[in-house]
Amino acid sequence: MDFGRSDRSAARKKAPSAIKILIAGGFGAGKTTMVGAVSETAPLRTEETLTDRSVGVDDISGVEAKHTTTVAMDFGRITIKDQYVLYLFGTPGQERFWFVWDELALGALGAVVLADTRKLADCFPSVDFFERRGTPFVVAVNCFDGARIYALDEVRLALGLDSSVPVVLCDARKRNSGKEVLINLVQHAMRTRGKRPRPEGVPAS
Amino acid sequence: MTPAEGPTEDRWLDDEAGPIVRPYVMTRGRTEPTRGKFDLISLVVATRPTAALEVGLGPEHLTILRLCEEFLSVAEIAARMDLPAGTIRVLLGDLLDRDFIEVSEPHPETDMDDDCFYQAVIDGLRSL
Repeated sequence: MDFGRSDRSAARKKAPSAIKILIAGGFGAGKTTMVGAVSETAPLRTEETLTDRSVGVDDISGVEAKHTTTVAMDFGRITIKDQYVLYLFGTPGQERFWFVWDELALGALGAVVLADTRKLADCFPSVDFFERRGTPFVVAVNCFDGARIYALDEVRLALGLDSSVPVVLCDARKRNSGKEVLINLVQHAMRTRGKRPRPEGVPAS
Repeated sequence: MTPAEGPTEDRWLDDEAGPIVRPYVMTRGRTEPTRGKFDLISLVVATRPTAALEVGLGPEHLTILRLCEEFLSVAEIAARMDLPAGTIRVLLGDLLDRDFIEVSEPHPETDMDDDCFYQAVIDGLRSL
């Protein structure tokens, strides 16, 4: 009986809303550490096959030559009152995988770019990517032991960031620190999206 | 090229072939699910208790159904079963075809314009 069945599924527990947040940054910047510190469980790993649709499209008409790349991603989850489930995905660190980020970034609430002041240039590609794509992001300066402490304004200047992009200090190993970064990100995303008329209206700059 | 349906020859059953060949054997060579898109964070739940002997379901299908007694994301299913996400998608397509699972897709970015949504997430994070 059809309606009997839909009755049953209406009585089912409502699905929580799943939310995706990306944790980006250069190799060794502390992405997996942060995912692990704030998640309920140890980081999980999944392999995803992603398609390279934007590279090498010049002269392959009629040829089914899509490049695919398999990337391994570490991720974790935070459940909020059975209502929301936050999934944190560490983006693959290798720069040659830049093209796969677009698939990962689709539908993401925002991103955390982890910066290591000893090799700040490593986070340039992440910053560029999220700026171009219009994904709200915050820069979190991971305080490594022994690294010189820079003023946040120096970091902002070095990265050429828009004044609206939050730059915060963090310790990727600490749960509370990671939580603060995420709260900063969600607040920033709320402000950014509130200002934006609609996602496709983002100027390409 | 016809995909080999018959039993795999012995010479393929060594350790080296295992990790590469196994996922494709499970999906009988398929790389795309028959139905559904299955984002990494799509949430999957089994619609009914696992029947031990369902015709046409492999052991991996049954494992998924057992894992999905509560909502579980595609990424978590893949990680828990130690299989690539692409393989899991094909298996989920089979299960969706036969109404063994329900899938809850994540909100598109355009749905994130609601301030209540952000505030609830911020409050939730604070209270952790």
